[in-house]
Amino acid sequence: MSDFPRWRYFLVAVVLVLGTLYALPNLYLPKPAVQVSANHNAPVDQGLQQKVMAALQAAKIPYLDANIKHDVSRGDSILVGFANQDQQKVAADALKPVLGDDYTAAFNLQSTVPGWLSAIGGRPMPLGLDLQGGVRFLMAVDQNDVVDKQEIRYTQDIAALLKDKKIPFISVARGPTRGNGVNIVLNSSVDRSAASDAIATEYTDLNVTDGASTGNRFVLNAVIKPNKLHELSTSAIRQNLATLSNRINALGVSEPVIQAQGEDHISVELAGVQDPAEAKKVIGATATLEYVAGLGDARDPAVQDAVKTGNIPPDAHLYYNRQGAPFLVSKNIIATGDELVDASSGNDSQNGSPSVNVTLNSAGAAKMLDFTRDNVGKPMAVVYVERTTDTKIVDGKEVRTPKTTYQVINYATINGVFSNKFQTTGLGSAKEASELALLLKGGSLAASMDIVQEGVIGPSLGQDNIAKGLKAVLLGLSLVLLAAAIYYKLFGLVADVALFFNLVILVAVMSAIGVTLTMPGIAGIVLTLGMAIDANVLICERVREELRNGSTPLAAIRAGYEKAWATILDANVTHLIAALALTTMGSGPIKGFGVTLLIGILTSMFTSVTVTHAITALIHHGRKLKTLSV
Amino acid sequence: MEIFSHNSNVHFLGLRKVSIGIAILLMLASIALLATRSLNYGLDFTGGVQVEATYDNPISVEDVRSALDKGGIENATVQSVGGTRQVSIRFQPKDDKHYTLQEGSSPNLDLISNDVAKALQATRSDAKIASKNYVGPQVGEQLRSDGVTAAIFVIIFIGLYLWVRFERRFAIAALLTEAHDVLVTLGVISLVQREFDLTVLASVLAVIGYSINDKVVVFDRIRELFRSSRKGDAEEILNRSINSTLSRTIITSLFTSIAMAALYFFGGPSVHGFAITMLIGILVGTLSSIFVASPILLWLGVSKKDLMPVTKENPELARRP
Repeated sequence: MSDFPRWRYFLVAVVLVLGTLYALPNLYLPKPAVQVSANHNAPVDQGLQQKVMAALQAAKIPYLDANIKHDVSRGDSILVGFANQDQQKVAADALKPVLGDDYTAAFNLQSTVPGWLSAIGGRPMPLGLDLQGGVRFLMAVDQNDVVDKQEIRYTQDIAALLKDKKIPFISVARGPTRGNGVNIVLNSSVDRSAASDAIATEYTDLNVTDGASTGNRFVLNAVIKPNKLHELSTSAIRQNLATLSNRINALGVSEPVIQAQGEDHISVELAGVQDPAEAKKVIGATATLEYVAGLGDARDPAVQDAVKTGNIPPDAHLYYNRQGAPFLVSKNIIATGDELVDASSGNDSQNGSPSVNVTLNSAGAAKMLDFTRDNVGKPMAVVYVERTTDTKIVDGKEVRTPKTTYQVINYATINGVFSNKFQTTGLGSAKEASELALLLKGGSLAASMDIVQEGVIGPSLGQDNIAKGLKAVLLGLSLVLLAAAIYYKLFGLVADVALFFNLVILVAVMSAIGVTLTMPGIAGIVLTLGMAIDANVLICERVREELRNGSTPLAAIRAGYEKAWATILDANVTHLIAALALTTMGSGPIKGFGVTLLIGILTSMFTSVTVTHAITALIHHGRKLKTLSV
Repeated sequence: MEIFSHNSNVHFLGLRKVSIGIAILLMLASIALLATRSLNYGLDFTGGVQVEATYDNPISVEDVRSALDKGGIENATVQSVGGTRQVSIRFQPKDDKHYTLQEGSSPNLDLISNDVAKALQATRSDAKIASKNYVGPQVGEQLRSDGVTAAIFVIIFIGLYLWVRFERRFAIAALLTEAHDVLVTLGVISLVQREFDLTVLASVLAVIGYSINDKVVVFDRIRELFRSSRKGDAEEILNRSINSTLSRTIITSLFTSIAMAALYFFGGPSVHGFAITMLIGILVGTLSSIFVASPILLWLGVSKKDLMPVTKENPELARRP
């Protein structure tokens, strides 16, 4: 039929085949597994595999298979598959004491999708927490920390700027309370106005105002503008999101959901994980790095004095390294982990000793250049800052105490002036170098975070839910199919075929782009299926109308599709706008629902217009028609 | 098969004073309901109490749920924690005097957990309360503002789209009807005091999508008939548009309702709120597509010349100042 060109048949065929292929992996249910992975750089090899298998045999736990999985980004691991969840639980408990602290044994799910399907990128839809169970954490970014870091940074920057512009000053220091900005004390009102101009032009994010002046002390106050602070906290959230993703990927959890929630919260959902302590080890260790000037190591008398008497100089911190050796480091931070772009381990070109090559972003580079220019031959320290939150129940109420630990992980002499790229040498071994590189790369959070909420959700709710949801989808679908076939006869049947393919393609798209299926998502699918038939109702009603107006069957089909298309487009675009808003602005269940609706509207436009048209054209092709079954 | 006579010619526009009157009445009633009774916000929005219970022997989530229902603790979220012997129960205690401490306004955790224990032990004597906690509403606050922002954006962008594709009056009529649909839907939820949680919020937003879809189909026909008709008597054309799209309007809402009813009866408790809200919204949206949207359009003074495609090479237009 000339109405329907050959290339469109081809398109429909290709889409249907691809849709079926990519929807297929959902039929293969994953089997419970225990994943054994190394905590540090402990080897994951055949020896470990033997050990795991021997331990399971000794505990008389039947397992299906045990394979070493090589993964460049997540590191190697051993995956042991089990027939059911009970065996999985017992096995993890049996393995933990055998493996010791160097390895983690975590629950995981092993895909049973055949190799050829995975090879073309086929994977099942990840199931949301409500369907599968798992662990959920809500983390709050510490806004005080964001303000602290920024004010310290501006304090240093302003001092450097005034030096640069040769404006004499008495002191540049942070205000007594957080959020009060930087106080600059100058000698004269002339200096003050010069400084005020210089700061205002150089740092447009600061509000500069004159403070009180007494005799020869002229105070200037620079406060960070509220919108800049807002921008900083949103970028801190973004950076933290990326870091958390890296870290959780390293844990090997299948399909983690890590998303920003509101202004300063990040929610982390690890579906399938049942042990929150295990997950907290990784994400709870909210670590960040700081580059600071070194003021002395254990040989230094000042350090020995500080350790002995507890008299720490006001501008310094007393920290220890992993071996317990004391160091004094400056309070002023040169650069932090969030300014780090890349880190890799290697060997020093001059003496071949292990080293870490670090690349900073431009802001970090500028500060590093300034610092090293003035401090060649002096030491610099890398401090690892870790935050954990202790939760205790006191008088029936949960009391959370954040605990921060500092550790000097590197203390070395600055050999020359450098900016964005530099090398850290003086490391003990190649292993230490690669560990440091990993820490640097994955361990930087722009601002510290606290876990404010955690919860485990059992899978029993999930199985219950998923069965009911599936039943509802199938029942809703078959009822709509039946109603359409009765009401529109042959055209209804064609619409039914299209509706079925709509479900297939919808599932295929959701699987391919990895949309996590949640209960609201299932509701979205049902709604989409109910509404997808609308386009066919429009077409069928149009065809009926054309027939009543005396058109020939073929002309009625043509006019029906043509005239209905404009309406379908307008109606669906408005609906699409609604779905888009839900997807981009909603969070949690609203987002899950919006994404499903969005994809569903797009696929239903294709199936209910193009696919039905192809089938209709195929049925009526080359026939002399007197009537239409509509 | 045809349920509706294809040459139906009900004079819907003739009823406009009555239908708009009822619509305004319903809106006012909804506003009054929302103002006085408010919505019965769920845990997501208000926060509540979380109690963890342990059993000596395995128990199913369903049994815990029914025990709570019998004990008078309604709308609790019950989830199994870890194994099969521990459950987490989250619910919003009724703001009963009984639960409120003398000095403060916060509910008394001990009293509440005692009640939970009583309810659980009525059916299973091995139930014990392991811990009790408040769940803060803070996250709910954030999500609520997200939902409101989403709704506002939906309204603005849909309005803009209709303005561009149709005409200003269509955008206004659609948005006014939309406001009516959302308000009345919320009014019904408030009337029956159904728990308003996030899935219900999602479905209110979905109602916006559904009902605008419905209106656009009628508007599309109005535009088409205006363009093809010679006379362009607005009232007659609007009436004809409603009549000729009537069977589609009703069939589509019937089909969508069938799917939603399946979800309501078989989808499990976690989608009840979604399905019932959708059903209410579909009913309200369908009725307003027929009885409310077009009368507004007529009052706004839509006419044939507003909808004619703009022809650029019109010498008449070119000569005008």
